[in-house]
Amino acid sequence: MSGSAPNAPNVLDALDRRLINALQDGFPIAERPFSEVADRLGMDEAEVIARLERLLEDGVLSRFGPLYNVANMGGAMTLAAMRVPEARFDEVADLVNGYVEVAHNYRRDHRFNMWFVVACETPEEIAAVLADIEARSALPVLDLPKEEEFFLELKLSA
Amino acid sequence: MTANAHFDAIDRRIVAATQGGLPLCRRPYAAVAEGLGLAPDEVMERLRRLQSLGVVRRIGAVPNHYALGYRANGMSVWDVEDGRVGELGRRVGALDFVTHCYRRPRHRPDWPYNLFAMVHGRDRAEVADKVGRIAELLGAASRGHDVLYSTKILKKTGLRLRGEKEG
Repeated sequence: MSGSAPNAPNVLDALDRRLINALQDGFPIAERPFSEVADRLGMDEAEVIARLERLLEDGVLSRFGPLYNVANMGGAMTLAAMRVPEARFDEVADLVNGYVEVAHNYRRDHRFNMWFVVACETPEEIAAVLADIEARSALPVLDLPKEEEFFLELKLSA
Repeated sequence: MTANAHFDAIDRRIVAATQGGLPLCRRPYAAVAEGLGLAPDEVMERLRRLQSLGVVRRIGAVPNHYALGYRANGMSVWDVEDGRVGELGRRVGALDFVTHCYRRPRHRPDWPYNLFAMVHGRDRAEVADKVGRIAELLGAASRGHDVLYSTKILKKTGLRLRGEKEG
């Protein structure tokens, strides 16, 4: 994977791992939330904050904060896939990535080799973005919106 | 945003202010409130309500899989009988190594798959082993499957909601 420059997992110490695992389960909504987390882990508030800063800076954590569900805000989201000829891959990746509505884009090892998430405020805007990508790239786009979500949780142990 | 009557303009400003992350300070919600000219209690109250409505999925840390040593990421896709995909999808989603599990539409003939389960592993062999466990669970209800390994992140910005009515 070449999209990020991860640090080796062995730079994490035992407290980092406990902190990452604990924070995947949720973070309190309280006046001094870091202090509550620190108490649970037998750490000190300032140390929790300092470790989080370092983990974010090192790229071990990609994000810290509320995770929003766009669909429940009344927004719309879809997963889209394209079969891009190898010779045009970079050009089409630049075209797709140029849309602010495209949140993630992954290359995958398959004849459908480009997979991206489109998030907008309305389903009509999603349709317009996909149609625009089709028109500009002259390639078809598969629209694969989620119809049902069975579970979604990050539960990777650190 | 008009589709959800429970989501008002102040909620929207809170989302726009926090979607990039919470400030790392002793009173992060008070810091957000100050930036928006709101009382800290109001920000916390609204976040609690948004969490109960499912607009906030959770508050917490999102690890970078690769940095944790999960270098292989396989999107497993399955063609599961329509009558059983609901029941089986729930069981696949409950597996401890499946991080996302969705039912999505088929687009035959190019795309026969209707169940997506994301599997992470330290390498492809570990992912393949986990995909084998999903195959066992689905049994004959799956008429075919494939695994799409990611080979490059082309873009990853997270979801961005525009603030207020700009742009």
